Amino acid sequence: MAVSKLFGAKIKRREDPRLITGRATYTDDMQLTGLTYAEIVRSPHAHARIKRIDTETARRQPGVVAVFTGKDLQGVINPIPTAWLIPNSDLKTPPHPALAIDTVRYVGDGVAVVVAEDRYTARDAAAQVRVDYEILPAVVDQQQAMAAGAPQLHADVPNNLAFKWPLGNGEATAAAFKDAARDGVVIAQRFLNQRLIPNAMETRSVVAQYNSGSGELTVWYTTQNPHIARFLMSVVTGLPEHKIRIVAPEVGGGFGSKIPFYADEAIVVFCARKTGRPVKWTEDRRENYLSTIHGRDHITDFEVAARRDGTITALRGKTWANLGAYISTAAPGIPTILHGLMLTGCYTIPNLDYVVYGVFTNTTPVDAYRGAGRPEATYLIERIVDLVAAKLKLDPADVRRKNFIPPDKFPYTTAEGLAYDSGNYGPALDKALAAVDYRRLREEQRRGPRNGKLLGIGLSTYVEICGLGPSSIVGSTGFQGGLWESAVVRLHPTAKATVFTGASPHGQGEETTFAQVVADELGLPIDDIEVVHGDTAAVPMGWGTYGSRTTVVGGAAIVLAARKVREKAAKIAAHLLEAAEKDIVFDQGRFYVRGSPDKAKTIQEVTLQAYLAWNLPPGLEPALEASAFYDPTNFTFPFGSHVAVVEVDTETGQVALKRYVAVDDCGRVINPLIVDGQVHGGIVQGIAQALYEGAAYGPDGQLITGTMADYAVPKAHMFPTFETGRTETPSPHNPLGVKGVGETGTIASTPAVVNAVVDALRSYDITHLDMPLTPERIWNAIHGQRREVKAR
Amino acid sequence: MKRAVKVTVNGKAYAHEVEPRLLLVHYIRDVLGLTGTHVGCDTSNCGACTILLNGRATKSCTLLAVQADGASIQTVEGLATNGKLHPIQEGFWEEHGLQCGFCTPGMMMTAVDLLQRTPDPTEEQIRMGIEGNLCRCTGYQHIVNSIQHAARKMRGAAGRATPR
Repeated sequence: MAVSKLFGAKIKRREDPRLITGRATYTDDMQLTGLTYAEIVRSPHAHARIKRIDTETARRQPGVVAVFTGKDLQGVINPIPTAWLIPNSDLKTPPHPALAIDTVRYVGDGVAVVVAEDRYTARDAAAQVRVDYEILPAVVDQQQAMAAGAPQLHADVPNNLAFKWPLGNGEATAAAFKDAARDGVVIAQRFLNQRLIPNAMETRSVVAQYNSGSGELTVWYTTQNPHIARFLMSVVTGLPEHKIRIVAPEVGGGFGSKIPFYADEAIVVFCARKTGRPVKWTEDRRENYLSTIHGRDHITDFEVAARRDGTITALRGKTWANLGAYISTAAPGIPTILHGLMLTGCYTIPNLDYVVYGVFTNTTPVDAYRGAGRPEATYLIERIVDLVAAKLKLDPADVRRKNFIPPDKFPYTTAEGLAYDSGNYGPALDKALAAVDYRRLREEQRRGPRNGKLLGIGLSTYVEICGLGPSSIVGSTGFQGGLWESAVVRLHPTAKATVFTGASPHGQGEETTFAQVVADELGLPIDDIEVVHGDTAAVPMGWGTYGSRTTVVGGAAIVLAARKVREKAAKIAAHLLEAAEKDIVFDQGRFYVRGSPDKAKTIQEVTLQAYLAWNLPPGLEPALEASAFYDPTNFTFPFGSHVAVVEVDTETGQVALKRYVAVDDCGRVINPLIVDGQVHGGIVQGIAQALYEGAAYGPDGQLITGTMADYAVPKAHMFPTFETGRTETPSPHNPLGVKGVGETGTIASTPAVVNAVVDALRSYDITHLDMPLTPERIWNAIHGQRREVKAR
Repeated sequence: MKRAVKVTVNGKAYAHEVEPRLLLVHYIRDVLGLTGTHVGCDTSNCGACTILLNGRATKSCTLLAVQADGASIQTVEGLATNGKLHPIQEGFWEEHGLQCGFCTPGMMMTAVDLLQRTPDPTEEQIRMGIEGNLCRCTGYQHIVNSIQHAARKMRGAAGRATPR
């Protein structure tokens, strides 16, 4: 790779000027002539039969344009589809009508929609829609939902079991457990990965406009993947794909919650077509908590077999994954493919026997939330490694080192069958431990509590799967799409460049990092490059932003397209310089004949000639642009070591996070400032699961944590300054050597913090506590024991 | 049943007849068309709608437009003067204090109020000072750096006693 100027540079973001001056346009900021507003009437019951809907009063309100129910949509709007049909699982995908027709299955299920001249009128009228419900028994817990006699959500889905997905080798695993039971250790633990609410700061919003003259539908909306949205919109509405334009304007965070195709966008499109007016719909936060997907919600029984020296020989487990009331777009793949395949983590664990039950309950649908399956897996493995260390009285760092995949074994094929591309786990752990001065901390801990405060040190050594992904492999997992990515690099006659990406960043900063890459490849000033994304009318088919794939897959497509442009430019330069193409050197925007750097053609001169086309090499097409479609050969596997240092107050149960060190290896780093930002944000979301957040349902299916006043989205003062570091192990198969960093923090930090808190409580013989580790939970665990705090 | 409201927003006087129940944030966004101020929740928890009302950081989703009658309001659109960014905007840009940008206007307005009252805040004062504003992207660390950056810049300017 050529030595470059901007790759690796800490440059400030090019998207920021519009965002810091209030000039960005998010979906709800859109105004159109004749715009109307939609309000969706949602079920207040978790499970009920709809006996009757009276829309007349609502319809008569001044300013109301139309009211529709599920019956109006029936036959016009197709059921909401599922896009990840995992194989060998007997997956059931019961119909999900955009508006409920006869049964509502969770609090928030849509039953009617009101369109009015303004927001306030729409909301007033929605309150006038009268629905008679026959309330049915509800179930919210996934294990209870599978029990005999539980309320049944869908016809033809006995025991609410949507799928059963097995993984691993039962016989070999059983043998390993038998051996361990004889002369090693076997540890079993139930782990709960509680349900989380994504909480992108911008709620979902849709603006739809249909032109009956041209038959064209334009939808501006909060999506992470406009092309997938267009494809599914055509499936759901029956409108042909080429007549649909999807635009993701400024999108205020997603974290997975803006991947799915929701019923709501289909409803709004229906309204726009029926009324002949443009329609806007924007969730409020309460509605967001009910109708935007949730994340996690696993119950897992997990077992580990290990030798006395700490070598782990097998894992065995069962997970009950709560899917909510319907199967959201990617939902089946999250607790299976993205979870099960990462269970052995960064260790040489040869045997695994695992099964995942996907279960319907009367709750909000669950789908991908930052990390999506991988945080759950990393939590299990990193917690159980600590349990092995505690049981064998070994240092948790030593147990990790003993089981690490050695650096000379890459590419390494895991028990789950993935080929980890590259890794060097020891140095990242060493660096993290050195940063916290691990030995001194352990000594301090041995001296016992100070002022009733217990010191705890928690490690998490993670590996994750990113850069989703090679199309043939994701196809074999049942994903109903490819996951390659597209790019166009277009130079204009003045040698300004527009770069189009099929990825759809919404805060991750690729308008900057991609411009850095192109600037280097073409020797252009970065200010001469604009990155365009998020509009199906402008950008070739692409798959969007999620799964830490944007820079890995989208960035690779861009560098390939830029290199095609450079190759064509070199041909023109050679022709102009009357030299053979092979003798042309390209250096920082200048083409010259080897040995004669003084007689050069600049990229600007060459570009102009490409467009004038007065004197091109014979047979060469005019203009200067290229497209690339990059399908990766493998996933990427970033890794790292995080260390959390906590103090637990035995009087109050309060956890104080004293230090947090993150050493991440995401391969080559294009912009360290942006990578740090991704890491910080990820860490906070992961710590929030460990200590603060959790969605709670009452037994009747009411969401108890239904507002931001009840659900603990963390605040600035809850965190110390994070100390970040890096090692660099490039991905050998990625053209940029990058691995992805969008989810590492979330994946690593949850077990690091829980391990630290449990480590602090060791003297109470507490080996495990379930998240979130609230003061109440910790205080009860301590004081339930009624024991003196003793020094160790 | 509409009521008259007169406000000055970013130095410009406005007069409208509005429904008494109209939230100030909707007045700012939908009536005045100043969409830089955002709505992130409906319980005054997130702070995305924070503006300066008579100089003090205020959540505009918690006030009715009629309650702001006679007030002087500053929104994110009024931070830069004559095309020159306010130090808080420079700070957020320089220190990567934003990702998706949705919380940013409210966060900056809160920070401006904080720095007016506490020109040289400690890290803890900053973290406590922005506790009414939620950010889901940044993990807050770069926001803290951004506010510190702005504080240094504003103190420097004040030190030189340059008139504003």
